[in-house]
Amino acid sequence: MASLKIKNIKKAFGSVEVLKGVSIDAQSGEFLVLVGPSGCGKSTLLNLIAGLESITEGDIYIGDRRVNTVSPKDRDIAMVFQSYALYPNMNVRQNISFGLEMRKVPTKEINDIVQKVAGILQIEDLLDRKPGQLSGGQRQRVAMGRALSRNPSVFLFDEPLSNLDAKLRVEMRTEIKLLHQRIATTIVYVTHDQIEAMTLADRIAIMKDGIVQQLDSPHGVYENPANLFVAGFIGSPSMNFIPCRLIRSNNTVGVQLEAADQTSAFLPIGHKSNGLETWVDRELILGLRPEHISTSFPQQDASDQIHPINCQVDVVEPTGPDTLVFVNINAKKVTCRVHPHEAKPPGELIGLLVDMSRAIFFDPETEKRIV
Amino acid sequence: MSSASSPSSNQSAGAIIGRMVVYGILIIAAVYFLIPLFVMMITSIKTMADIRTGNLISLPREVTLDAWKTAWNSACIGVACNGIKGYFWNSVRMVIPAVAISTILGAINGYVFSKWRFKGSEVFFSLLLVGCFIPFQVILLPMARTLGQFGISQSLVGLIFVHVVYGLAFTTLFFRNFYVSIPDELVKAARIDGAGFFRIFWRILLPLSKPIFVVCIIWQTTQIWNDFLFGVVFSTGDTQPITVALNNLVNTSTGVKEYNVDMAAAIIAAIPTLLVYIVAGKYFLRGLTAGAVKG
Repeated sequence: MASLKIKNIKKAFGSVEVLKGVSIDAQSGEFLVLVGPSGCGKSTLLNLIAGLESITEGDIYIGDRRVNTVSPKDRDIAMVFQSYALYPNMNVRQNISFGLEMRKVPTKEINDIVQKVAGILQIEDLLDRKPGQLSGGQRQRVAMGRALSRNPSVFLFDEPLSNLDAKLRVEMRTEIKLLHQRIATTIVYVTHDQIEAMTLADRIAIMKDGIVQQLDSPHGVYENPANLFVAGFIGSPSMNFIPCRLIRSNNTVGVQLEAADQTSAFLPIGHKSNGLETWVDRELILGLRPEHISTSFPQQDASDQIHPINCQVDVVEPTGPDTLVFVNINAKKVTCRVHPHEAKPPGELIGLLVDMSRAIFFDPETEKRIV
Repeated sequence: MSSASSPSSNQSAGAIIGRMVVYGILIIAAVYFLIPLFVMMITSIKTMADIRTGNLISLPREVTLDAWKTAWNSACIGVACNGIKGYFWNSVRMVIPAVAISTILGAINGYVFSKWRFKGSEVFFSLLLVGCFIPFQVILLPMARTLGQFGISQSLVGLIFVHVVYGLAFTTLFFRNFYVSIPDELVKAARIDGAGFFRIFWRILLPLSKPIFVVCIIWQTTQIWNDFLFGVVFSTGDTQPITVALNNLVNTSTGVKEYNVDMAAAIIAAIPTLLVYIVAGKYFLRGLTAGAVKG
């Protein structure tokens, strides 16, 4: 086990700067997830940690050791690849023991380790098969077994679940989490799937265009996104972004929202308005998650921050436990999460409640969060 | 041919005629290409008397392997009358090392150009590819000078060297295109596992390379065995390959021209490449497509 320090890392391929100064500290035993859309530099960063690419600028420390120029095999890391990268000509046993053999571990010890790892991952009966004879999930296990066998101080996962079908992906996700709880080794996990990031991570680094947009716990990035990008990227369905104007009425600061049929509502912001004074009479973006626009809230009687608005239903999407209702507010498509029994068919009016205590405001120019 | 199952007799008759035309053309083409081989075969087992009295495609009245024995053991090439056996073994001694060396070097080159790219490696590879398009004749003089400098001109070693150099462009191309289709992640995984440059090549890539090795070996064996120009230019007398010897045998006229011996010698010269195709032909196609699809 070891901590991982990434200090102001930059990476350029020719004149293209892929990473523009990334700094991340992961504590020993932490599960760190790098998430972002494709091309954000997350896989490059992982390759830099692994030593498969050279660093243009900055430092990487594993434990107390600066590893910038240390070769991949000497960094005490193990990596699981998206395609699993199992050696096709070797059977499962040889795949798992290859790394140990390269490190000149005595044969007897290798056999013990292979047995132990196979036991942990329940692949004992697959040891003599070739990768071509395994299913996707089994290959995934072998790939993890290969990484486990070396007992490294840092595990690197490069989109390990994206080649699996949806059901298996959810199962393996849980298994990876269990595995981490069991071995408690530092893990850096790259994915483009925000649900994977949320479910697995101790902390999430959300990346875009080679910059870490926010580094926080899953709860933190969900509840307190630093900017529009993070707010839109985390959460499914995405947060609603409603452009609106901040106004003062009867000494209360609030936003004016217009629903489809010209009915408009004034929604006071309440105690959250501290820091918003300078924005009065200016345009900003109101961020509301779908679950904060609904027909009823459990705590609605006790709260003075839940305000009604009537909207016309455009589209209804039942998901099972909830139904998503799409309406139009301020000429913007807005998703609301309501109880299936309270959803109205398209064309009808629905009385919605907005929980303004959960509202977030963004600067439309800089896209940064205001409060 | 009668597999047309359409109930409409009109249509099936048309289909049958179509089929017959297609098969007819194919059979004619096959016969056209096989007749020379047939003529060679029957001529080589005829006696000279038989050849003089019969025509080109008449069957032998008396089957004899004398011409084959003469061609192998005692036919006159220039002034020496020892048959083509010495030259046959010359070719074998030339082909085996030349194919082996060019294939192995091509494999390593292809490995580097696909998995260990360096700054300028694409340019380097493109330049190497130009080698595929240089006509043999262009390099004759410079190569003769180079061999002279190395002190291996007019020797088997020199000939092997020429074939290795000339073959590298092709073998590198074959292996590079094949290795491009093997995921880079395999190499990355092996690097993290602690394997070095040659270990990864030996343990991970080579075991996957069987199809492309077959392609390369067939290609190179055929090219080098059948080569005439380099053989005639860069070797003399006892070191000549069989293609050159065959030419000299046919052109050496002492009295009567022994067609049956010429034919037998020509078949002997062609046997190794035929064998290679018959034994490994299906792997050849398989390997070619394996390399080409993703290349």
